[in-house]
Amino acid sequence: MEEAILRVFRGDSNGGEERIYRVPLKPGMVVLDAIHYIQAHYDADLAVRWNCKAARCGSCSAEVNGRPRLMCKTRLDEFRGTDVRVYPLKTFPLIKDLVTDVSWNYQVARQIPPFTHKEPEGKPFIVHQVDVERAQEFHKCIECFLCQNVCHVLRDHEGQSAYFGPRSMVKIASLEMHPKDVLDRTGLLREKGGIAYCNITKCCEDLCPEEIHITDNAIIPLKERVADKYYDPLRALLRSLAPSRRREEST
Amino acid sequence: MEQYEIFEHDVLVIGAGGAGLRAAIAAAEAGLTVGLVCKSLLGKAHTVMAEGGIAAALGGVDPQDNWQVHFADTMRGGQFINDWRMAEIHAKEAPERVLELERWGALFDRTPEGKILQRPFGAHTYRRLSHVGDRTGLEMIRTLQDRAIQAGIDVYPEVTTTALLKDGARIAGAFGYRRETGRFILFPAKAVILATGGWGRIWQVTSNSWESTGDGAAMAYEVGADLRDVEMMQVHPTGMVWPPGVRGLLVTEAVRGEGGVLRNSQGERFMLRYDPQKKDLSSRDVVARAINQEVLEGRGSPHGGAFLDVTPLGADRIRQKLPNMYDQYLKLADIDITKVPMEVAPTVHYAMGGLRVEPESGATTVPGLYAAGEVASGLHGANRLGGNSLSDLVVFGKRAGECAATYSRDLPATLQVPRDVVEAEIVRVLAPFERDGNENPFLLHEELQATMQERASIIRTGEGLQKALEKILELKERSRRTRITGSRMYNPGWHMTIDLDCMLTLSEAVVRAAIARRESRGAHYRLDHPNKDPEFGKLNIIARKSRGEMTITTVPVPPMPEELARLFT
Ligand code: SF4
Ligand code: SF4
Ligand code: FES
Repeated sequence: MEEAILRVFRGDSNGGEERIYRVPLKPGMVVLDAIHYIQAHYDADLAVRWNCKAARCGSCSAEVNGRPRLMCKTRLDEFRGTDVRVYPLKTFPLIKDLVTDVSWNYQVARQIPPFTHKEPEGKPFIVHQVDVERAQEFHKCIECFLCQNVCHVLRDHEGQSAYFGPRSMVKIASLEMHPKDVLDRTGLLREKGGIAYCNITKCCEDLCPEEIHITDNAIIPLKERVADKYYDPLRALLRSLAPSRRREEST
Repeated sequence: MEQYEIFEHDVLVIGAGGAGLRAAIAAAEAGLTVGLVCKSLLGKAHTVMAEGGIAAALGGVDPQDNWQVHFADTMRGGQFINDWRMAEIHAKEAPERVLELERWGALFDRTPEGKILQRPFGAHTYRRLSHVGDRTGLEMIRTLQDRAIQAGIDVYPEVTTTALLKDGARIAGAFGYRRETGRFILFPAKAVILATGGWGRIWQVTSNSWESTGDGAAMAYEVGADLRDVEMMQVHPTGMVWPPGVRGLLVTEAVRGEGGVLRNSQGERFMLRYDPQKKDLSSRDVVARAINQEVLEGRGSPHGGAFLDVTPLGADRIRQKLPNMYDQYLKLADIDITKVPMEVAPTVHYAMGGLRVEPESGATTVPGLYAAGEVASGLHGANRLGGNSLSDLVVFGKRAGECAATYSRDLPATLQVPRDVVEAEIVRVLAPFERDGNENPFLLHEELQATMQERASIIRTGEGLQKALEKILELKERSRRTRITGSRMYNPGWHMTIDLDCMLTLSEAVVRAAIARRESRGAHYRLDHPNKDPEFGKLNIIARKSRGEMTITTVPVPPMPEELARLFT
């Protein structure tokens, strides 16, 4: 039977090593299947996070041959003839084996002011598909944190106190571009959010499993909002009128 | 002795899917302190897998729709063993809950007039499902997650609860451990809400994530709560068939809602034969058995399923309305569904049975213990309609949260958590590290899945179920000899030993209840009793622990009041 050879990182914050496993290949098998095989047949204590095995929950992020991927969406037949190295995400503190401590991302999320609207009670919203689509793109985010992991600003530990990271930019964009949201988060973006630290390398956008245009559709427009607000008040004023015009048309 | 951390709350919610989040929000908004425990990270619960939509008679696209029609559809789908009062509350309150999600930031797809768009779904009379493409569950969980964070709830991610604790007859809290470190935690609480979801993982071919191991139902059973109609396990007609690693992965009903049709290997639209009226959108049990039958009679697809064709919709519409399906087939099966049909086969999907609860409050038969969502029962009866689960989560999650809050607030006494029970629990949970034994929990799980798949799935017989029961009892014995190595830190083998106990309890209940229901109704099909029996139509089957043993009894289905019964004449 054909086999895949997996080199899996085993260890914790005290250090670790690569261990080699041979796993029989089945058609269409993904990296996560191989990890499960290892658990059931060799090492029951191999730590991994996963939930859906369908690329929906964003739990199974790891670095596969150096590239941050979802293990449940990465096919083994991609690597025919080469060993497959499976390592934990680098940016976050290691807990054990393939599991890292991603709690920082949740702490950042708590600092983002939530969706806030001023619609009258008891009346369903009237909004048009074209207006919801922009924010809907950002709602696809499965919080896999692959983008956070790859962002060079966050890789450097100092960076984590300076910049919220691409996932958070996507979140803020989803709120700012929600057709009924009335808050202004540009101050947050400029200061604590540290949007200026992003220099649009697009590494995050390139590997988002949900194919969200993180830089083009979220970060760049947010940077423009910040620039307008702080450096070009007139344009900011015009822009702030635009959404309300749209609102009137649609009610 | 082992140390453990202690965190006390007025209300403890176990499970952070749609129902748990909604319950936690309700209890927190009532001004109480709330703890929310989840096995995974926040926002990863099985609710994210829900695709098609949330059913509510908003009447936005079909103005004729109203709660009475939704109620009647739900009761008919459930073949009248549902709790009518739950179906009534659900149909009446679902629209408010959908609009509430919108006011909390959810962005549903829109009609040309800017209202919430609703799509047709199996056995719903009107277009009723609000949706966001085919990722409605994700939208819902994210909306609720954001709201919960703002409500000041204490979240305990990656904590497994292993036991509920009682002071006398009343619930007094729960006990568990952190998956990360293996350290124990005690959660004293006057009221506990279970929102732990279902137990699809006891079958081989399932759409469920690893979390669906029945923990909440099993823990509640251990402290004396009633399980109702657990023989009713929904098999979704369309799961992926190939490649083997994704077998069972859900193919949303929205594919058929948007116009996809089922064909057999001869190209025939076979649903026209099985249900000429509702065709491809017939109820799930009917479509699942139809596909099964086509395969049995030799008209299956190459990997033993049926073809599901959406190509006539055109590539643009498919990518807009079914983006996840498109991606899922392309990436995992090398199939472009805009060009060729998918291959699909039935997959175990949803537990319609579960804890017996009071319809208004979600109170179980144990004082202080509440349940909402899939772990509870009553709304869906013998067959759940698509879209009725997401609405179930928010309608009954909210109610359970409010009622548990009131109960907790009004309970004067301070409760004592029994020390000896906690200590015994620690010994039980750590046993796999200590004892002699050579059983592998992962392989026992595989054996259990194979048995349930073969004997307690879409087609059942009395004899097969009896054999399944023997096997389960054997596995139970063997599960006492599982042995785990390694440390307690994030140890999946150890976690599996705990999950396995829960799954074995649920399997036993499912099989015993299935043996007791000697008829065929909805999802429960007995080859040796192929017809509906009106006598069983008046009964709910109850599994309960009494004197250490599982006993099966029946209770009458509550009779519908006159004015609702009239809807069916
Ligand atoms: S584009 Fe910005 S956010 Fe994305 S990886 Fe580069 S620096 Fe980080
Ligand atoms: S934006 Fe994309 S890469 Fe980043 S967390 Fe969300 S889904 Fe993952
Ligand atoms: S397991 Fe859910 S994204 Fe991989």
